[in-house]
Amino acid sequence: MKPKYLIPLYFLATALAHSEVEVTAPWVRATVPNQKASGAFMELKSKNACKLVSASSLVAKTVEIHEMVMEGEVMKMRQIKSLDLPGDTTVKLSPAGYHVMLIGLKEQLKEGQVVELKLTFEKPGGELETMDVKAVVRPLANTGRGEGTMKH
Amino acid sequence: MKLIPTQVPLKNHRAQAAPCRSARRLARLAVVIGLTSAPLLGADEPAPAKFHGTDVTGYQLDYGFALKDTAGRELKIADFKGKVVYFFFGFTQCPVICPTALTRAAEIKRLLGADGEKLQVVFVTIDPERDTPEVLRSYAAAFDPSFLGLSTDPEKLKALSRSFKFTYSKVQTGSSYTMDHSTASYVFDPSGKIRLILRHEAPAADCADDIRKLLQEKTN
Repeated sequence: MKPKYLIPLYFLATALAHSEVEVTAPWVRATVPNQKASGAFMELKSKNACKLVSASSLVAKTVEIHEMVMEGEVMKMRQIKSLDLPGDTTVKLSPAGYHVMLIGLKEQLKEGQVVELKLTFEKPGGELETMDVKAVVRPLANTGRGEGTMKH
Repeated sequence: MKLIPTQVPLKNHRAQAAPCRSARRLARLAVVIGLTSAPLLGADEPAPAKFHGTDVTGYQLDYGFALKDTAGRELKIADFKGKVVYFFFGFTQCPVICPTALTRAAEIKRLLGADGEKLQVVFVTIDPERDTPEVLRSYAAAFDPSFLGLSTDPEKLKALSRSFKFTYSKVQTGSSYTMDHSTASYVFDPSGKIRLILRHEAPAADCADDIRKLLQEKTN
């Protein structure tokens, strides 16, 4: 990881620490001009069991929760209705699995830019909690490996 | 190891949920080779497998294909003579596998040092509908300025997938569509013959090692 990410990620991660769900190291993959989709990645940890049920962002027309699965050597991506967050367990959204899909991007996402995401969680009783997440844009060329595991 | 291609006609490629049988067979063969070759060789022959990747030397690929670069020029595999050519088939809207694969390709090139110049990475779009030449050009170059983004028309892409035995299909998801696709990379030696299939999960160092061997073959 480039050192320049350390400081912004520290503040982004700690700013949200008081909430029911803790979001660590959120990032979005940069795009090239006229590329209409990208992905957002992060780690989610909820104190009590809940579900990530939706996401939105002003930079994209549609935001969906997706799951990437490998069937043999074939990659398949599918929208999922919700993502279960068991209590006190870290769930990774990474280029190797679940991710938030930004579809119909209204602008190019450039490295270093901050993308605001609104995540909605549903508690077991049906109560909804919305959380604002500021995700930093990381270079397109980036495997995402190890970068989502930072803890502060 | 010779892989004899079996032509299985694709009736309706787009609607096809399961990848074509021949591709599955190749994938299965690749797995079998990968799983069995090391212990077998260890028992009978002391020589280790030559490559980390799956050796497909002798595979009868249809070499007549041509792809368009982002300036509209047609390129054939013979145009890259003297270089190892590394093919990856994907789409730019893929936020997961494709950027990871191309980041690895850039890492492989870096690991090759000065020999990196003798590696040509080619990103072939399986989503020509959305991957315009402009997007394709800047996307490929974002990983390394030397990487080429190539495309072909849908019919030729189908033929190419049969020949390379990779699968791809358009799948509706939510408000948009996505592409299911094979994730392996295909490597041609400097004479333009297909030699290796590299798994998506293979470490860059192993891939670089294999490519170095192919580059050395030329001079030996």
